[in-house]
Amino acid sequence: MTALEWYVTAGKIGLVIGLLMTVAPIMNWVERRGAAIIQNRVGPNRIGPFGIFQAIPDAIKFLFKEDSIPGHVNGFYYFIAPIIVLIPACMTFAVIPFGDPITIMGQTFKMQTADLNVGFLYIFAMASLGVYGLIIGGWASNNKFALLGSMRSSSQMISYELSLGLSVIGLVMVFSTVELGPMVQKQADVMWQLGPIAIPRWGIFIQPLGCLIFVIASFAEANRLPFDLPEGEPEIVGFHVEYGSMKFATFMMGEYMNMAVASGLIATLYFGGYQMLPGMGTLLDSLQLSPAAYMWSKLALQNISLAFKVGLFMWLFVWVRWTVPRFRYDQLMDLGWKMLFPLALLNVFITAVMIYLGWV
Amino acid sequence: MLVKGKKTLFQDFYFFETLTGMIITLKEFFFGTKVTISYPEERRQYSERLRGQHYIKATNGVENCTACMLCPTVCPSECIHIEAGERQDKEKYPKTFEIDILRCCFCGMCEEACPKDAIKLSTIMEMSTSYRPIYDRAFLSEQRGNK
Repeated sequence: MTALEWYVTAGKIGLVIGLLMTVAPIMNWVERRGAAIIQNRVGPNRIGPFGIFQAIPDAIKFLFKEDSIPGHVNGFYYFIAPIIVLIPACMTFAVIPFGDPITIMGQTFKMQTADLNVGFLYIFAMASLGVYGLIIGGWASNNKFALLGSMRSSSQMISYELSLGLSVIGLVMVFSTVELGPMVQKQADVMWQLGPIAIPRWGIFIQPLGCLIFVIASFAEANRLPFDLPEGEPEIVGFHVEYGSMKFATFMMGEYMNMAVASGLIATLYFGGYQMLPGMGTLLDSLQLSPAAYMWSKLALQNISLAFKVGLFMWLFVWVRWTVPRFRYDQLMDLGWKMLFPLALLNVFITAVMIYLGWV
Repeated sequence: MLVKGKKTLFQDFYFFETLTGMIITLKEFFFGTKVTISYPEERRQYSERLRGQHYIKATNGVENCTACMLCPTVCPSECIHIEAGERQDKEKYPKTFEIDILRCCFCGMCEEACPKDAIKLSTIMEMSTSYRPIYDRAFLSEQRGNK
């Protein structure tokens, strides 16, 4: 690898890691503030404008708390469980593309940290790793309630992973690729031209049912309400009862990163990924920039578009959390196995028929 | 207990019901009015008859109290301690007037019993301290929240 390639790779990794690390504190504030406003309260409003720097004292508090380890836990597994939750969440974001390939000094670089040809098979592999962190955390805590919480989480995540995987099969059949980069590029095509408005071939327009199943299943995968049985903060005790200080905060960060990854995947698979928002393309063409400036401003606009879409879905997570109450365990399993799984199979079937007839 | 209410198929599908709920929360997000009172900056308006911190009312700079001992007699929690003395003008007055405020139950009977309109309860209700306070005569003689 040349020096330039090293620099670009380091820059891309820095961008993704930096983005993911800042997601947790920002989302912490968004969630608390959003919850407060939805519930007609005020929320954190003391530190900085609208309390936006609330995360800083929170982080300081978490870091300086006594990190006590209960005597009855298995020290090693107790220690690594939060890390196992955090790392796969970080790794998953590596394959999400955030811009068209750019050319620097005659070399083309893909705007994707890791360009894997297995595409989102990698994502599902990483998403399933996340459950190990919860299970190990619950087991190492040596506490029956923690263990029950992690058992709930593992059964939930395995059940919903199935629907998650199956809902994407339809998309793979339509785009005939598992790589995320080409998939996003294919979503730029125009599906229908309704006068001046062009409907792009976004996943949601091709696979509305698949999109719905994917969104619901990713809520369950990220352990967010209405599927937050693994944690169950207020009444049913979850897998992290024995955790405190920064270890608990690491679990929380992992949850927010999972949210970010799920939002990124929803945006990439079903909402055109980094494809520019309506109006941005016209704006870019009207500026009449030089080729180099055009390339960079296009990249910037694409990044902004992806960030906007991801942010929108992050907000959806928060919004749903403060709307829908938690499912009971049997309701959760009913929904997973009796509703989503057959619907996902039906979606695959319908897509296959439509492809056979040449409609898609 | 599992209650099985009758639901239409539409409601049973749950998805559209969720959407309806989300629209309601979004309405609250944008148009909901805050019910919070941001305490140190904003205060709740209490009644004028609120029984709060005590004070001894003074007329022309001289306290009304004549140490008649009616208030320690009537006090159900026995938190008032008075020692009587004699002033220069042969008037009886309280040499010490102490209220153990942590024993006080703010029933207001001392105020009712007082024939001289001397001991009064103001509307001040922020009395928390980090130590155990005993209100002495000098403290009570300040006309806090005079009414």
